[in-house]
Amino acid sequence: MLLVHCPYCEETLPELEFAYAGEAHIARPAEPSAMSDEEWRDYLFIRSNARGPHFERWRHLHGCGRFFNAVRDTVTDRFLITYKAGEPRPDLSSLKEAAE
Amino acid sequence: MTALTPDFTPGPLAESGAVSVSLLAPTGRFSLRARATDMPVLSKAVGVDLPAKIGARANIGTVEILCLGPDEWHVLVAETDAPRLVERCASVYADAPHSLTDISDREVSVRIEGPEAAELLTLGCPRDLDRIAEGEGRRTLMDGATVVLWRDGKDSFRLDMWRSFAPHVVALLETGCAELAAEQSGLANRRP
Repeated sequence: MLLVHCPYCEETLPELEFAYAGEAHIARPAEPSAMSDEEWRDYLFIRSNARGPHFERWRHLHGCGRFFNAVRDTVTDRFLITYKAGEPRPDLSSLKEAAE
Repeated sequence: MTALTPDFTPGPLAESGAVSVSLLAPTGRFSLRARATDMPVLSKAVGVDLPAKIGARANIGTVEILCLGPDEWHVLVAETDAPRLVERCASVYADAPHSLTDISDREVSVRIEGPEAAELLTLGCPRDLDRIAEGEGRRTLMDGATVVLWRDGKDSFRLDMWRSFAPHVVALLETGCAELAAEQSGLANRRP
């Protein structure tokens, strides 16, 4: 079982309490009606599908109930960092160094 | 098979030598959601300082409050005092916008106590219970159902669960009690 650190509870807890919620940092366009069909499709469906570190959203569903962001390596399934929703993307190169 | 009747009569549900499970009497329950900046005003209205740390509890008189999230509190109050709580929170609504929802009917509680209480809970709860200190509480999971777990003492827990999940969770606790009892009698038989 994965252990996930919840940045709100400040505890490292079993994966069962959490729910995965897709890729992180995808902002809804301010004016959807001004977009072309292709741009709207890309916003709705096209994801990075990263091999390696992946920015993703998680929700502490059976706990504090908050959404937060995480960087997880999709190859090793290791969490590099979790951080509160609304915080900027952490710098990936320093995260990788810290993980090694 | 379940011992729970639809009217949820309070009383003992299951018992092994080392742990007992009993259904608690109904009480007033509220879910309070508010911004952290409005906490001081609401604390004054409720009459108890709202705990800021997730998992921390506070109680004065019949009011008991558990912090579930950064903007969420679980409030237990005696049924007779519930209307007063609602009234006092409503009176500060303009200064501290919040949502106080009556969830008394949504949940039932069981008390689990005895030297093996934590052992019984490990059947369905993935958390490390040793990291929940006495006098704290958490929202967590019990065999797939979301529950609020209150740790009242080393060997004493309360479990608030949604009424519709109660038959499932209680059936699991009954099975667990029977297993623990069988384990004990097995040990007793093996003694010379």
